[in-house]
Amino acid sequence: MSVVDSPANPALVDSRRLDGFVDRADGAPARLELAVEGIRCAGCMVKIETAVDALPGVTKARLNFSTRRLAVEWTEAGLTAGDIVRAVEDAGFRAYPFDPGALEAAEDLEARHLLRCLAVAAFASMNIMLLSVSVWSGNVSDITTETRDLFHWVSALIALPTAAYAGQPFFRSAIRALKAGQLNMDVPISLGVLLALGMSVAQTLLSRHHAYFDSAVMLLFFLLIGRYLDQSMRRRTRAMAQNLAALKADRALLMANNGSVSEVPVSQVGEGDLVFVPAGERLAVDGVVEMGTGEVDQSFVTGETASHPVEPGTTVYAGSLNLGAALTLRVTAAQSGTLIDEVQGLLDRALEARHRYVDLADRAAKLYAPMVHTLAAATVIGWLLLGAGWEFSIVTAIAVLIITCPCALGLAVPAVQVVASGALFKSGVLLNAGNALERFAEVDTVVFDKTGTLTLPEPEIANANALSGDDLALAGRLALSSRHPLSAALQPHAAPNCPVDGATETAGQGIVANVDDTDVRLGSAAFCGVTDVNLRAAHADRSLMWFRRGDDAPVAIEIAQALRCDATEVVADLMSRDIRVEILSGDRDGPVAEAADQLGVADWQAGLSPKDKIAHVERLAAEGRKVMMVGDGLNDAPALAAAHVSLSPVTAVHLSQAASDAVFLGVSLKPVTTVLTVSRRARSIMGQNLGLATIYNMIAVPIAVMGFVTPLIAALAMSGSSIIVTLNALRARPAGRPRETAA
Amino acid sequence: MNVLLVLIPVALFLGGLGLVAFLWSLKRGQYEDLEGAAHRVLLDDDLPPERRSKD
Repeated sequence: MSVVDSPANPALVDSRRLDGFVDRADGAPARLELAVEGIRCAGCMVKIETAVDALPGVTKARLNFSTRRLAVEWTEAGLTAGDIVRAVEDAGFRAYPFDPGALEAAEDLEARHLLRCLAVAAFASMNIMLLSVSVWSGNVSDITTETRDLFHWVSALIALPTAAYAGQPFFRSAIRALKAGQLNMDVPISLGVLLALGMSVAQTLLSRHHAYFDSAVMLLFFLLIGRYLDQSMRRRTRAMAQNLAALKADRALLMANNGSVSEVPVSQVGEGDLVFVPAGERLAVDGVVEMGTGEVDQSFVTGETASHPVEPGTTVYAGSLNLGAALTLRVTAAQSGTLIDEVQGLLDRALEARHRYVDLADRAAKLYAPMVHTLAAATVIGWLLLGAGWEFSIVTAIAVLIITCPCALGLAVPAVQVVASGALFKSGVLLNAGNALERFAEVDTVVFDKTGTLTLPEPEIANANALSGDDLALAGRLALSSRHPLSAALQPHAAPNCPVDGATETAGQGIVANVDDTDVRLGSAAFCGVTDVNLRAAHADRSLMWFRRGDDAPVAIEIAQALRCDATEVVADLMSRDIRVEILSGDRDGPVAEAADQLGVADWQAGLSPKDKIAHVERLAAEGRKVMMVGDGLNDAPALAAAHVSLSPVTAVHLSQAASDAVFLGVSLKPVTTVLTVSRRARSIMGQNLGLATIYNMIAVPIAVMGFVTPLIAALAMSGSSIIVTLNALRARPAGRPRETAA
Repeated sequence: MNVLLVLIPVALFLGGLGLVAFLWSLKRGQYEDLEGAAHRVLLDDDLPPERRSKD
């Protein structure tokens, strides 16, 4: 474990109380959930659980390996959340308190409900099928009317309660859609199930040969599988995304009136509270500086890479990085006229537009449902005109509705989504929105933000030649003792790779150490005794660190963010696919031009406000382009939401991640092309699946209209088409090496 | 054919038993951490500490 990974300031961690995260219900043991970083194997699991179990009063310590979360319960009043976090840290892992939130709890409940429905439907369809097969074979041999009626009644006894329970997800959604005056896939599904059951009961009462109980329940079973898979895929990615959010700074250090500091979730910080921000930490809230002077890096907020000076009275925004000494902030709500407020307003408007996108499945349903219902009505009228009896006409019409019940159609899109998003998950892309795949597939223009997207969020040295090799190695060793965010740029240059003995850090100022009887300093201009204003002005657009050996002239080290390692290839790859690439940045002209030049991007604009970005994206959309926005900063959030589809790196600010359709992990930019490849392939398979479902209907419907459908044919056709569609969906998984030129 | 009157309830009961067992395991949270369960079965934490293998 390197120095950088250890807690910032041990004394501070001790004084932090994490008790805001503890769930203390009366009479029940206290509960805490922690997201744990660094678990790789089962051994880690045991290590953590044993370490926490050893604390006095802990009754349960269970690590969920799939979600990387540790649930702890304890009865001892004296034990605090801080003790538990420290126990985990002592075991060699980092733990972050976690606020599960209401949304996730609701999704967990829904997942359990779907699984219960699925189990009930599976049980029922197996048993009913057993009875149905007996009836089918009996019908062509020697079954007696009494036995058949008995079998039908037993089937009804199983099917009716099953449909009432396991059909709920479909009925509810159908009612919701109808209330809103719309048609979705669940409307024909619900209608088909209800009519199949109703007709079967009537047929049973009349002692007829055919009942469709098995079809109704099997339909529910197949569709529930699709729905459960879809839901568990979304839940898995959401859990992962929330862990990542917990690992970032969604916590704030709240300062009480007596000056004591406690760590609380951001949701518990209110307007007017005092919040403490140690040097090198990211601001979790917006506020006005109350105490302390220094610098903040607002690149996450505005995209600008040069740091900004702050003093009491300056307004600072969540997502900024505190580069200077510790600051005390007075929390402000989003006031009108501030950047945050402007971003929020633009974001709301853009999200509203996004909701107007209609899913492929819903578009199919809009076409499908009225057609099927008209067909059924035409069947009744047709047969009546031809002189058939009422009973025959209605039974035939209902058979049409049952056979066209969109079982394959209901699986066609979700099955592909599950397979494709599983493949994306493996390559480090987490989808936020279910229909994002369809929209990714249509992209013809990619707009990149520069800072933190094309470049890495971690700083690097821009002018490595300014220092001699020895000085650079020494500066690197000094940086090893520092928690300052910019020092991460120097750390890789340390040689030998160990800190200097006796190096002392003044938080937010710099580090000093005694090497060969001379004081060596690394830090801010003031710390290194730089008095000449012209020296500072020579490096206007950059973040700077200074290095000074004894009384020698201080050297400025320019810190910049390097391009992601494969940015050039990714941009070239996109262009080779005839995709237009643009860069929109909030940074100044110089750095943007440099990056655009390196990447070979001709269309770039710099110095844009969030409003300019959204306006440009909307202008592209008005030209009929399908824009994919890739960005990470607060200033990108509205454009991310306004774009046809959007992608954020995992290091993005919370608001931007929430506004984008997918999040990608890691330092590589490759996921941008992967997501396009996989989604285009997925989109074409969805199209094939809808085609297969249509072919199935073209064959089945005439048979049904002519009145030849028996329950046996219905069961075979339904399960056959569902299986074909599901098998085809499996092809969305890239086989071996992903095919780069997939259609 | 009267034997059916016995066999059908028996078949349904056995199937129902499976269903109840599944719902019970679901309620007990046995499907919450499938990955972890796969690893836990290999842990020898039921042995006395001195016999545990070093990892």
